[in-house]
Amino acid sequence: MGTAVEKDNMFSDSDEVLIGLEIHVQLTKLKTKLFCGCATDYRGKEPNTYVCPICLGLPGTLPVVNKKAIDFAIMVGLALECEIPLKTFFYRKNYYYPDMPKNYQISQYNKAGGVPIGLGGHVTIEINKQKKTINLTRIQLEEDPGRLTYLGSITSSDYTLVDYNRAGITLLEIVTEPDLRSPREARLFLQKLRSIIEHLGVADGSLEGSMRCDANISIRGGNRVEVKNISSFKAVQKALQFELIRQRRQKADGVKTVMETRHWDDEKGITISLRTKEEEHDYRYFPEPDLVPIEITPDWIEKIRSQMPELPDARRERFIRDYQIPPYDAGVLTSSKALADFFENCIKLYNHPKIISNWIMSDLLRHLNDLNIEINESTVTPEQFVNMLKYIDTGTISRRSAKKVLWDMIREGKPPEQIIQEDGHQRIGDENVIRQFVDEIFKEYPQAVQDAIKDDKAINFLSGQVMRKTRGTADPKITYQLIKEKIDLLRKKAN
Amino acid sequence: MASFYELTAYELHSMLQNGDITAEELIYSLFDRIQKTETKIKAYITLLKENAINQARLLDKKLRNSNFFGILAGIPIAIKDNICTKNIRTTCSSKMLDNYVPPYNATVIERILAEGGIIIGKTNMDEFAMGTTTESSYYQITHNPWSLEHVPGGSSGGSAAAVAADETILALGSDTGGSIRCPASFCNMTGIKVSYGSISRYGLISYACSLEQIGPLTKDVRDCALLLNVLVGRDPYDSTTLNRPKIDFLATLDEDIKGLRIGIPKEFMGTGTAEAVSKAVWNAVHLLESFGVTYDEISIPLIDYAVPCYYIIAMSEASSNLARYDGIRYGYRVEKDEGEWNEIFAEDRLAFGPEVRRRIMLGTYALSAGYYDMYYLKALKVRTLLRNQFEAQFKSYDIILGPTMPTTPFKIGEMISDPLAMYRTDIDTVAANVTGLPAISIPCGFSDGLPIGLQLIGNSLQEELLLRVAYKFQQETDYHKKKPPIGG
Ligand SMILES: [Zn+2]
Repeated sequence: MGTAVEKDNMFSDSDEVLIGLEIHVQLTKLKTKLFCGCATDYRGKEPNTYVCPICLGLPGTLPVVNKKAIDFAIMVGLALECEIPLKTFFYRKNYYYPDMPKNYQISQYNKAGGVPIGLGGHVTIEINKQKKTINLTRIQLEEDPGRLTYLGSITSSDYTLVDYNRAGITLLEIVTEPDLRSPREARLFLQKLRSIIEHLGVADGSLEGSMRCDANISIRGGNRVEVKNISSFKAVQKALQFELIRQRRQKADGVKTVMETRHWDDEKGITISLRTKEEEHDYRYFPEPDLVPIEITPDWIEKIRSQMPELPDARRERFIRDYQIPPYDAGVLTSSKALADFFENCIKLYNHPKIISNWIMSDLLRHLNDLNIEINESTVTPEQFVNMLKYIDTGTISRRSAKKVLWDMIREGKPPEQIIQEDGHQRIGDENVIRQFVDEIFKEYPQAVQDAIKDDKAINFLSGQVMRKTRGTADPKITYQLIKEKIDLLRKKAN
Repeated sequence: MASFYELTAYELHSMLQNGDITAEELIYSLFDRIQKTETKIKAYITLLKENAINQARLLDKKLRNSNFFGILAGIPIAIKDNICTKNIRTTCSSKMLDNYVPPYNATVIERILAEGGIIIGKTNMDEFAMGTTTESSYYQITHNPWSLEHVPGGSSGGSAAAVAADETILALGSDTGGSIRCPASFCNMTGIKVSYGSISRYGLISYACSLEQIGPLTKDVRDCALLLNVLVGRDPYDSTTLNRPKIDFLATLDEDIKGLRIGIPKEFMGTGTAEAVSKAVWNAVHLLESFGVTYDEISIPLIDYAVPCYYIIAMSEASSNLARYDGIRYGYRVEKDEGEWNEIFAEDRLAFGPEVRRRIMLGTYALSAGYYDMYYLKALKVRTLLRNQFEAQFKSYDIILGPTMPTTPFKIGEMISDPLAMYRTDIDTVAANVTGLPAISIPCGFSDGLPIGLQLIGNSLQEELLLRVAYKFQQETDYHKKKPPIGG
């Protein structure tokens, strides 16, 4: 993301930027919703079919906490080094909106006697080769609201449709301190957070809308603006960059930034004012009387701790140690669980970690970035990737062709064999075949042949023409050899 | 011999078991009675005659052909209309839920059906259980069988009046701030609110979740114990239910009560208490004394704050619980297809009656930013302190005793224009809800032909003890056996 770095630099250090994030992560690996037995794989399903009396908030129904959700939240809390309190509570957040079946959301709260499931905590990111700690305020559990959809756009639609399939899905809200200093830091932080969460096996961030983000951003001394509705981690950097430019322009123009909530419009790439401070909701939080406090015993915590899988930082160290790859590369490879898994799956099939790592770092990631997709969104499998590398080893394709083949694999979703066959990337190693091309070139470029007889340097031109004719598939060594032999013969004849 | 409908569930249980009567005969007997008296009483919102007869027939067959004999086999029971019954309209006596038909049964309904109980109807109540008179019902005013010009009490007034008028054998009510005990007192019935968490609330349409419990309204203590045997127990669908060991409440009714110590808080016998009521209560105390029970007059000062504490908590929770009735998800919808959603919402909300609206607004206020600490949080603190004061007394006393209501039943219309006066009459009942303690109301006398109720409050999970004392009292008195003069 070269452009991102440039833009960040544009903002220089003249003003200190304060960014805090509020991340909502669906714990998608839970089989049932937070307070009822409904299944969670609602994506792409008929609206309002993944519902029951409880998550529809039918009069008289009561919530029952999914214990596995508590397990998962504790695990995330431990991974983020939060303090896990021995007693945690659910609170009601009251607001009138059609996306909540009950017109209130069961959530957690850190005021008015509330204790969320995780307090404090931090995430370490690496920026410009320096480690930086981003502190967390808290993590807490809550239920996801339903989804509102409009015919056309929110303004042109005559009515609103509500789908409650998502209502009651477990959300983990992670709130940071305003420790982030640039949109790029925010992106790196989210990348790291996602990698940790995916390594824990509690969520799959690639599912649409499963990780969402609100951001608070201000220039020190100025008013704070909250940006809502950033529905993917990818959009966070863009939304923050936009907002930062807006605030800086206002400052330059001598306009005071209003404390308000703004809405990120992903399509237009701008933020729009939603409401000012005076219009803020009063959520009237109070302890959820339908649920009892949850006692989290030290035994429970220790049991979860003992089941924790390897986390990205540990995996990075292991990559450096076991595969002898540079720390920077190991950091990139573990920045996403899918990528780290891809790397290690390749090693299982082809035990050359350094070669694999180099190809991932130099080519694979560049292509994925160009397409703005992630490894698990592409069709390239470790098998295909490794096969491509093996074709280089066997001389079937040249290194140069391989780069082209990989690009086609990613872009067209085809396996390497097919691309090699269709596009003639297969390297020509057969002397007789190459000799035919050499003969043709000698006929086409008689002057160059004469030059070559006088000076070996001109052989390079002739071999270049052969390569061009064979679209780079002729083995360069053999080609050079054959041309040299033929020139030597002509020299003898001339003498 | 008495008609079948006049008997208790306990008596009918053995008659059904012995084949002296069939479930079908019993149902017919009851519906004949209902036909004669219901036009005067108006206890029911929905009657399920056909349903009940079919069920009774099925049950008779089952009783003949199998070993099944559930605790409630063939026993008719009336259900307060805030308890969800599958495929049977459940209105909370509100225009808001006029057409609401739940697709599921409350846990208590499942338990009753599993024991062979027959649901005969849904009873009238104060709208969303908010009231002390059953006058705030959207549908009708229920009349006290003892005097048709008087209210039956509330909010479970329909259930209490139905039992009192022999229009059912058993009834379920719910008690958020005296809503079982007040109508029990006013209709000369036995009613208990159990320790919080003893009976599942799953399917009880919430008014104030942290205060309320479903419970029996019955003709006597024995029926009360019988029904508790069915109702009490942990429910995986209600996280607030306790894991109580299985208790047979009938088994210990006969045990001696000699040596028990009773405390009578002066706060329960204050100036608002009618003279006839305090006289009846003292008579009851002296009778208990004659069984070897001792008593002291004591003070639990925070009882004076129980009413405001109760109303702040109840209204706050209600403001949130009732937010879902907006005409879009649930509830009455104005005839209007277009408009901004907040406008339609505001109009839909007018389907609530004035008392419900008042409580939603006050509750919303109490939870608002800037007022939360002053009201809601303070009420929670008073709640803890009040519980502590009760617990301290239970170190010296087994039971706290007083009247259930400070007066005999009000005249219809008497309280409607003065909500504060009405709230004050909850002085004796709400402490048990605020503290979560069990409390029973039993008949202890009459004044001008109107019933007076005696309330016994026990320490947490001490229902057995309450029932035992109340049972002994009923063994030695016949107030509970008196029938109201409605003829029929
Ligand atoms: Zn559900």
